[in-house]
Amino acid sequence: MLGLITRRVFLGGITVFLVSIIIFLGVEILPGDACTAYLEREAKGKLLENCRTELGLNRPATTRYISWATNALQGDLGVSAKGNKSIATLVGDRLKNTLLLAFCAMAVGIPLALFLGIISALWRDKPADLIISTLTIFAMTIPEFVTATLLILIFSVSLGWVPGIVLTSASAPVSEFFPEILLPMTVLAMVMTAHILRTVRSSVIEVMASDYAQMATLKGVPYWRIVYKHVLPNALLPTINVIALTIAWLLGGVVVIETVFNYPGLGRMMIDSISDRDLPITQAIALIIASVYVCVNLTADLLTMIANPRLRTAHMRR
Amino acid sequence: MNSPPSAKPFSGIATVLRDVVSRPSGSIGLFLVVFHVLLAILSPLLVPYDYREISSLLMLKPPSPEHWLGNDHLGRDTFSRTLLGGREALLVTGIATPIAVIWGAIVGIYFGLAGGRIDEVLMRVVDAFLSLPWILKMLVLIVTFGTGVEVLIPTLAFFYGIPVIRIARAATHDVVARDFIEAARARGHSRGSIIWNELLPNVRDALLVEGAMRWSWMLLAFSSLSFLGFGVSPPTPDWGLMIADARGFMSFAPWGVLAPVIALSSLIIGINLTADALAKALGIDRAQKAPI
Repeated sequence: MLGLITRRVFLGGITVFLVSIIIFLGVEILPGDACTAYLEREAKGKLLENCRTELGLNRPATTRYISWATNALQGDLGVSAKGNKSIATLVGDRLKNTLLLAFCAMAVGIPLALFLGIISALWRDKPADLIISTLTIFAMTIPEFVTATLLILIFSVSLGWVPGIVLTSASAPVSEFFPEILLPMTVLAMVMTAHILRTVRSSVIEVMASDYAQMATLKGVPYWRIVYKHVLPNALLPTINVIALTIAWLLGGVVVIETVFNYPGLGRMMIDSISDRDLPITQAIALIIASVYVCVNLTADLLTMIANPRLRTAHMRR
Repeated sequence: MNSPPSAKPFSGIATVLRDVVSRPSGSIGLFLVVFHVLLAILSPLLVPYDYREISSLLMLKPPSPEHWLGNDHLGRDTFSRTLLGGREALLVTGIATPIAVIWGAIVGIYFGLAGGRIDEVLMRVVDAFLSLPWILKMLVLIVTFGTGVEVLIPTLAFFYGIPVIRIARAATHDVVARDFIEAARARGHSRGSIIWNELLPNVRDALLVEGAMRWSWMLLAFSSLSFLGFGVSPPTPDWGLMIADARGFMSFAPWGVLAPVIALSSLIIGINLTADALAKALGIDRAQKAPI
């Protein structure tokens, strides 16, 4: 058990390390560097030379990678190319806002997905299931920006119930994001719910058809007792991994949603930093998102292992 | 997955197609896909107006007998632009999807067969790529090399091939330990012959469904990029771009948003319904997927 956990954590660490290399190389191939972004039109001759010496940009790539990676490990993400501010502070507020959005969406989406998923599995091919499954396909496939645009059109433009755009500044306290956060949260929650629901549904159906569920039925165990005691604990286990995958998706999908709603989160900052060629910020955000992704997946794997005794001894292969 | 190995890697397509069409989701989905593909090919012949024609008199006009879906903020005919708006998206994703599936499949099958340390290393690299948000990976390349079709096709094909590696590798692992592969080895078949005659027929189904899903996610990515201003450049009509343009005038000209929204959604839903029916026809469970 301990060996397995160590192995998983070690593999997670390797993934983050590889990601950091990919990010570094990716930013290397982008035209221009922090100095050309900082000096803009004056980026030539002596000025450019001095700036590069000052920031250490003329050192070899390997040296720069090592110093960037070791600093990042200590929580120092460097300074932004524009305005020379500490990235850790700039990103901090944005990260808080994105996490707020993500947690709100999860708090609504996960319970809803479990509830609807179980309902549509137990009433398989009945009207309730058909309605839920059809809505799921719509929520899953229609691009987020389309859903967002339609929701703004209905609830903000036509009905005027909620604001269609976020005007709160990035550093505002959490309470000020309500009710502006409602629409972006709804879009995220819809997509999440759809993905998790599908897994819950197929997993419950599968377990209901298993030998031990059939056996319990034949022994005369009441239906709801079977569902509650025999089916759900086994059926909900695989959903942990899907929830993790969905959270990981959420970190990328949030980029489009934040842009549509003008929400001051990490995703919009990423788009802005790429358009502005503020490479240190792009690197920092990419590293944060990838690390969160790896951590979420790792947590899901460990939770599954703890919840399922069979996986503790079996050799885990992915 | 329990089908016996067939003689040729790509036989039985007609049977599968009949099964897909016999399901309601499959027939609706396939109809939508075929409709959009035909429209993309024929639309230049059908459009009533030039998509570039700007008119200050017609700005944001509501639907009329001359202009069925009204006019956009530059007075261009929304109906014509909506008809043409899927061409670029279908062209790019239509070329990029097969490339992605093929290169992902080759790499995945090769390393799945090879196994050992190198396979383990490759999977870590794949994991690392998958842990970065798609939009970031795409944007870095697009910002570097520009937003043209010649950049979008290889970029999409490259990044969307990476998850295919995983699928192909897993499917290969499933098959490789089975008796009929062992039997072929014992009969002295060459490696190439085993891959083509024994492995591919069994991995094919998983790849086909994966390809359909990749196509829909690629379209999603393409239109999202256009929407954010990193895809098709104006004045080329594109649904993502049209939605972005018309959003600002949504409160008094909602038809400008609704037309491309319906067009784009119907295509993506069509592809997904087809993929669903295809998965059911081939007996593959594709519930546990996230759109990465």
